[in-house]
Amino acid sequence: MAKSGYQNRIELLQGTLDMLILKTLQWGEQHGYGISQAIRASSEEVLQVETGSLYPALHRLERAKWVSAEWKKSDSNQTAKFYRITALGKKQLTADYDRWQKMVATIEGIMRADPSEA
Amino acid sequence: MSILQSLRKMLRRNSELHDELQSHIRMAIADRVARGESPEAARESVLREFGNVPLIADITREQWAGLWMHSLLADVRFGLRQLWKRKMMTLAAILSLGLAIGSCVAAFQLIDALFLRPLPAVSDSGSLYALTYSRKPTEYLPASSDTNSYPFFEHARDLVKSKAELAAASVIGQVDVTYGTDAGMEKAHQQSVSGNLFSMLGVRPALGRLLTENDDRVERGSPYAVISYDYWQARFARDPKVIGRTLRMDDNVYTIVGVAPKGFTGTEPGTATDIFVPAKMKPSFLYVNVLPYRVFVRVRDVPVKALGDELNATYQHWEDVRHKGFPKNLLSPNATLSLKPAASGASLMQSDYALALKVLGVLVALVLLIACANVANLMSAQGAARSREMAVRTSLGAGRARLARLVLVESAMLGILAAALGLAFAQWAAPYVVSQINPPEDPARLLLGMDWRIATFSVLLTVAVTMLFGMIPALRASAIRPVSALKGGEEPHGKAVWMQSMIALQVMFCFVVLFLGWLFVMTEVKLVGRPIGFVPQRLLLLYTEATTEQPAVKWDQMAAALRNVPGVQQTALEDWPLLSEDQRNFQISLHGEPPGPTIAFFLAVSPGWLDTMRIPLLDGRDFRDADVTPNVALVNQAFVKTFFGGRNPVGQSFQVAQPFHGPGWHPNTQYGAVFDRDIKVIGVVKDVLYRKVREQITPQVYFPMHRLLAAAGTPAGTLQKMSEEVIVVRTSSDNVNQMSAVLPRVVTQTDPGLRVSDVVTQTELISDQTVRERLLATLAGFFAAVALLLAIVGLYGVLHYSVVQREREIGIRIALGAELANIARVVSARMFLTVLAGTLVGLAVAMTSVRFVQSLLYGVTGTTISLIAIPMITLLAATACAAVPAVLRAVRINPVIMLRAE
Repeated sequence: MAKSGYQNRIELLQGTLDMLILKTLQWGEQHGYGISQAIRASSEEVLQVETGSLYPALHRLERAKWVSAEWKKSDSNQTAKFYRITALGKKQLTADYDRWQKMVATIEGIMRADPSEA
Repeated sequence: MSILQSLRKMLRRNSELHDELQSHIRMAIADRVARGESPEAARESVLREFGNVPLIADITREQWAGLWMHSLLADVRFGLRQLWKRKMMTLAAILSLGLAIGSCVAAFQLIDALFLRPLPAVSDSGSLYALTYSRKPTEYLPASSDTNSYPFFEHARDLVKSKAELAAASVIGQVDVTYGTDAGMEKAHQQSVSGNLFSMLGVRPALGRLLTENDDRVERGSPYAVISYDYWQARFARDPKVIGRTLRMDDNVYTIVGVAPKGFTGTEPGTATDIFVPAKMKPSFLYVNVLPYRVFVRVRDVPVKALGDELNATYQHWEDVRHKGFPKNLLSPNATLSLKPAASGASLMQSDYALALKVLGVLVALVLLIACANVANLMSAQGAARSREMAVRTSLGAGRARLARLVLVESAMLGILAAALGLAFAQWAAPYVVSQINPPEDPARLLLGMDWRIATFSVLLTVAVTMLFGMIPALRASAIRPVSALKGGEEPHGKAVWMQSMIALQVMFCFVVLFLGWLFVMTEVKLVGRPIGFVPQRLLLLYTEATTEQPAVKWDQMAAALRNVPGVQQTALEDWPLLSEDQRNFQISLHGEPPGPTIAFFLAVSPGWLDTMRIPLLDGRDFRDADVTPNVALVNQAFVKTFFGGRNPVGQSFQVAQPFHGPGWHPNTQYGAVFDRDIKVIGVVKDVLYRKVREQITPQVYFPMHRLLAAAGTPAGTLQKMSEEVIVVRTSSDNVNQMSAVLPRVVTQTDPGLRVSDVVTQTELISDQTVRERLLATLAGFFAAVALLLAIVGLYGVLHYSVVQREREIGIRIALGAELANIARVVSARMFLTVLAGTLVGLAVAMTSVRFVQSLLYGVTGTTISLIAIPMITLLAATACAAVPAVLRAVRINPVIMLRAE
């Protein structure tokens, strides 16, 4: 198996994928392939979403009613399942982002601490 | 949401998921192609990047609700594939289980219809009871009965008025009904009821009104009839104008006043009433010695037992009074009255078929167990073949429960398929059995439709059966130890023991079924083969009635006229046919002494009757036209033996202990008065069966059809007129049916005052008496054959399996020079021991069960050697047959090839 494709890419942290998907959908409804392309593009090819994580996540979000889905024609005239963020999903996104920022700040704090002070 | 709906939804989601992933792949390929890659290269890299599609679908599905259903569906798919792969085994299992389940359901349907289903349209049937009378059975009286006289009903009703409501319903009878002219005479089922029956049962009319207590007030004061809904539909196409129509029936003209509610067809499961009339429209309501009425009791808030005791005390006193003056030596002890639950009504069919149905139920249950053991063995053998698969699954992390479920799901599917087949079979089988119960001209009518009891029974049975044949293979499959199974197998010794014990059980059940089946078959053979003393073939019986009473000579002329019809050989008259179960009996007295305990059966016949019936005259002479009752009589051999000690009675005289002719006889007559007129014996005839094919030969007396009128004030020598007689016709050809259409027309053409109301053949009358025996013999014989077949298949399967398992051992034995007989012994010795053990246990079970079915048997006792030997030999021969293919396979093993293959 070709490993090269995975070089320079960051494995997604548990729980962050949901947030990224919801964020992507804020720009408008999108299908699974589109979402993975969008994340890849906006991360400048650094973040690669595995389909084996993407689709379980989408179905999980759908079950939690954070996104709704609809079958539509895509730009390239392909029938695809389009996901759209719901009001509930927007609320969740805000909460997720708050938690993420807190976590980043906390980790940042730990990383910047001078070991001699401890 | 129904299971079907959610299943459909699930399948839709599955295909949607598939589409979603495919659309992802298509779009990714399209992008790459747009960037200049070749379609092939694009496809390859997309698929590589995407990963394992079914796996991704699987983990995505795990996010869905109702996960268990998906994995169950997967198991079902897998199970179906397994079943499909082994088509022959699946087919055999479904057929045998289906037949057995279907038979069980059909048997339960019959039991439900006859004993469990509450009377339709009746309110609170749980508090409904019926009077029943039990006694020590005698030669003439059964162990239990449930009818009594109308006067007793009225007596008991008034006595317990405050504690319970009593209502009476007569035994249902088939009668002639006329709407309009006599030419349009038709048959209907009639029931005489007390006026309060409908209100007591809580039955409401579908139209008009039902009978009430007001219809009970005066003798013949309420000529009103209520018809059943079914009859209304069948006869009148539910015409509401039926109210007010009149009909003629048993010398009364009735006006139809109402229609009973839908479903209500009287109180006798097995027979449906068409017309209900008030009891007091018939003189029989006055008779204390005529017992056609069942009494139903609606118990109010009193203990049932106490009420029963009180009614019993009343009954004892009633019987003592009724039997006053009756010679003590003739009296059997009074019966004991008790209350039995009657939520589903009460009928003769219930008592006639209770035991027979139970026995059939047990037989089909045994067949089902045999089938279960068979399938369990087949699945175990399959399980052995699949032990590697199970081991791989365990190694990959499947839990025990998951493996057990895999096998159970497969069993459940077998069970469900078999149950579906079984239900279809039962829908055919139950009505078929019912159609066989009664003579074709008056078929039994039972409500066999699906109800919650049948549904519950079927579901529980299917679950139980699935557990029985599926549980142990499932446990065995889940208990697999991957290491040894994958290594290629230790000897599955435990499996062999388990299969052998299954076989022993099977053989045991099979022997019981074979043995009982054989008993019932032999009973029928003996009963049908029993000499009856006359020749019933080609005898046609014309039940003939006169519009008004006709002089005896008119009847003689009619019998003579019929003799001129082409195809008629002989004719004669009789009061009722032999073996029609009609009877009249009296005590016999010699020289005016008190009568003895033995009774004699009487029948009035015309001159030439003996010859027509082909009953040999042994001594003396036949009747002549001048002979009259009560001066002379013919007696049979049993009569001579009982009353004359075997001495020649011709010319001797006897007396009867009751007036037996003329208006002197009344159903209310006290027993005991010896009629002092001497009756002279003029001849002795050979013994015949009088009432029933099952009964002992009884003393019989035949007396002349010409009866002297004994009423005071009539001139000496005046003969009684007669309103109904049976004309016996012996035809010259076997085509009796053709004559049965012609003769009634000839009768009415010859004398418009006479009319044939019914035509039956004497052979029909006789075969009607062995209906139950024929039914039992046919069904039990059939199930014995099925049981034997299943046992052979089971034995064959297990032997075959053991040979396959022991191929190596047998090959080595052959290589070492074992002889053919030796190999045969090695292969089948243990099997024969198992079969023998099973047979012996079966024999013990069968021996103990015989006494429960004794009352259904005739002329056979379970302990006769031949009766034990035949099923045993059959079973051993079957075992031998089943062993042959396995032994052949064993001796044909080529050790060189076999050992090289290892």
